[in-house]
Amino acid sequence: MKYTYYPGCSLEATSFAYDLSTRAIAPLLDIDLEELEDWNCCGATAYMSVSQGSSFVLSARNLALAEKKGWDIVAPCSACYLGLNKTNIYMEEHPEVKDLVTKALAVAGLEYNGTVKVRHLLDVVVNDVGLDTVRANLKRDLGGLKVASYYGCQTIRPEGGFDSVEDPHSLDDIVVALGATSVYFPMKDRCCGGSIAGSIREQALRMSKNILLAAQREEADIIITPCPMCHINLEAYQSQINKRYDADFNIPILFFPQLMGFAFGRSEKDMAMNSLIVSPEKQLSPFV
Amino acid sequence: MKEEKEIRLEYTLARDFIDEVYSIPGGEQIKKCIQCGTCSGSCPTAYLMDYSPRQIFAMVRAGMRKEVLESEAILYCCSCYMCQVRCPQNIKITDVFYALKRIAWNETDLKAPQARLYKMSPIFFDIVRKNGRNHEIELMTRFSLTAAPLEIFKQAPIGIKLFFKGRLPLGGKKIKGFKELQKMLDFCEEHEVLGGVV
Repeated sequence: MKYTYYPGCSLEATSFAYDLSTRAIAPLLDIDLEELEDWNCCGATAYMSVSQGSSFVLSARNLALAEKKGWDIVAPCSACYLGLNKTNIYMEEHPEVKDLVTKALAVAGLEYNGTVKVRHLLDVVVNDVGLDTVRANLKRDLGGLKVASYYGCQTIRPEGGFDSVEDPHSLDDIVVALGATSVYFPMKDRCCGGSIAGSIREQALRMSKNILLAAQREEADIIITPCPMCHINLEAYQSQINKRYDADFNIPILFFPQLMGFAFGRSEKDMAMNSLIVSPEKQLSPFV
Repeated sequence: MKEEKEIRLEYTLARDFIDEVYSIPGGEQIKKCIQCGTCSGSCPTAYLMDYSPRQIFAMVRAGMRKEVLESEAILYCCSCYMCQVRCPQNIKITDVFYALKRIAWNETDLKAPQARLYKMSPIFFDIVRKNGRNHEIELMTRFSLTAAPLEIFKQAPIGIKLFFKGRLPLGGKKIKGFKELQKMLDFCEEHEVLGGVV
């Protein structure tokens, strides 16, 4: 299956392991990704807070470029997914938005007719590829590995296009298909504080702490996530959370394709596990 | 204990504030708010807010423009959309909060602490405008320097760790079509309608 691939800015920097592992497992799952040429930032939450018009236009440029190819656009990053999807929906529902965006695109000689379907990578893996194909690729037995599936907010809300907005299960389904155990994790769709981490850090730390705490209580070995913002909050700030809350969290946070690639027999190096600050070596070595 | 209540006289209220909010795409939905409080009960940051989301909606409808735009509530919204998916009246609450942020952004006489919280966005804009993409190391550094210079010492160890893991590349990427992108963004700025489309 052919898709236009929209990695997004985070996947070029803090979350390059997400990009690397996605590209590595894609051929195994018959996902043919062609990176969108000359893509730009989706605008993220920051633009939406100041200029909705600019935010829609930024996303629409990507959609217009993707429309030329005609394939669905796949975003691994949840904020990109939301931004692109929201632009599609607002352009369809609100003529004044469509008008502004169309005129702005025309300035650069582009047009967008609203035909590109925006997909999250998680959606593609579960619903287009299917869990049977996931199982068929297994090379390692992950039996006994306890995994907490953390979706974050923007993967599933507000539209809930492919999973429940409050009780999602697609990530858990992947964990089970990989032969690992998906632990009870009621915090799976609660906010990590990503979008306020820059402005109200204290609160973001607290929100991330609550998520780590829930995973620790269920004795999860690792947490997997489909969102770069969730990842950086739970992972890079874990030591700061420990300090602030006198806690001893040592939970590796993996992007879900990293765990899939590992289960498919790819080396830890191939999956860029060494780019993680909280090393998953101890948790994964029994399965190597 | 004697409870003190402030009484607002009708002529002190901004009666056109509601029209401002109605003009946001989807904003007219707030007419339907039944003040049930599901939003406040679902909000992970409501306990920190000076006014809960439910109160903010009542205040918007009452015309308490200044209080709403100066409230910390709209800044504490972390965009998790939990209120929005639970609202029994299908009001796009998070999107309305975004619109309130945008209106507040354009008010020049904001309270100082609130203005500080807005410092991330202009830096982000500048980087995206210049390059077409975000450049995380530049964003982090410039934000720390302008908003909270003392914070940089606290955050530096994390930046250093990320850097040595190869997760904060120094050179940012610039897209080929950055000039066209700038023209598009300029067009938006020229055609900005407060509270409305933008």
